[in-house]
Amino acid sequence: MAMTPTNGTATLSDLELVEQAKAGNVDAFSELVNRHERKIFRLTQHITGNREDAEDALQDSFLKAFSRLPQFHGDSQFYTWLVRIAVNESLMKLRKRKAHPTFSLDEPVETGDDFLPRDHGTWDDNPEQKYAQQELREILDGAVQSLAPIFRTVFVLRDVEQLSTEETAEALQLSVPAVKSRLLRARLQLRDKLSKHFGRGSQA
Amino acid sequence: MIPCNKIIQEISNYLDNELDAALRQELEEHMCCCPDCRVIIDTTRQTIQVFRGCEPYPLPQSLHDRLQQAIRKFHEKP
Repeated sequence: MAMTPTNGTATLSDLELVEQAKAGNVDAFSELVNRHERKIFRLTQHITGNREDAEDALQDSFLKAFSRLPQFHGDSQFYTWLVRIAVNESLMKLRKRKAHPTFSLDEPVETGDDFLPRDHGTWDDNPEQKYAQQELREILDGAVQSLAPIFRTVFVLRDVEQLSTEETAEALQLSVPAVKSRLLRARLQLRDKLSKHFGRGSQA
Repeated sequence: MIPCNKIIQEISNYLDNELDAALRQELEEHMCCCPDCRVIIDTTRQTIQVFRGCEPYPLPQSLHDRLQQAIRKFHEKP
C-alpha cells in the first residue's frame, strides 16, 4: 500500500490539516492527499471511464484544491469540497473526449421503456461471492461505465462515495428531485445489468 | 392497491428510508402480494449493497509518488 511519512500529521483531523496547509505546511496537505487519494481516484475513474484521464483528473483535483485552500472555510467537510472539485475536473476530461462533447448534467431525463425493470429473477444471497475480487470489480466497473454520464455521476456520488442526496445535489449543481430521479434510473439500470451475473442459476 | 409502476418510482425513496409511513405501509402491502415487485426491490437493494461494500484499491505506487511530487513542486513554485 502506498505510504508517505506523515511527520506527526496522521492523528490530526482533516480540518486541522487544512488549517496547517493554509499556513504553508505542505506535509499537512500531503497527509490529506494520502487520506483521500484512493477514493478520489476511484471517482475520477468512474466518471471519466478512461485511465489516462482519471490519473490527470486526480492530479488536477488535488492541485486545484491546494491552490484554492484559502477559499475553503469549513462550511462543508473537506472531503465533500474535494469531491466537488474532482467531479468538475472529471467532467471536463469527459467533455474533451469525442463521445460526450456537449453532455450536460442537467439535461432532462426522459422516461422511456428502460425505466421498467426487465428481469424478475431472484439473486443469490451473497452474489458478489460468486466471483473473484478482480472479476467482480470488472463486472461492477463495466456496469457503471455502461450508464449515461448523467446517471453514473449521480450513482457514483450517492452509492459508491456515499454522499447524501443533498451533498450530491450541491456537488453537481442539481436539484434534490433531479438527483433522486437520476439515482432511481441508475439503480434500476444497474440492477438489470447485474442480474445476468448475479441471478440465481447464472454462470459465474 | 398501488399499481406496480408507482411502486417502481418509489423504490429509491423506500430503500433510502425517505417514504412517509402511510406510503411505506402501502408499498409493503403491495410487496406481500406482488412477487415481481418484491424481487425488483430486493435485487435493487442488493445492487446498492454490492457497490457500497467495495473498498477502493490502493493507488499504484508510481501514481502515488507522482501525485506527491506534483504537490511539492506546486508548493515550491515562486
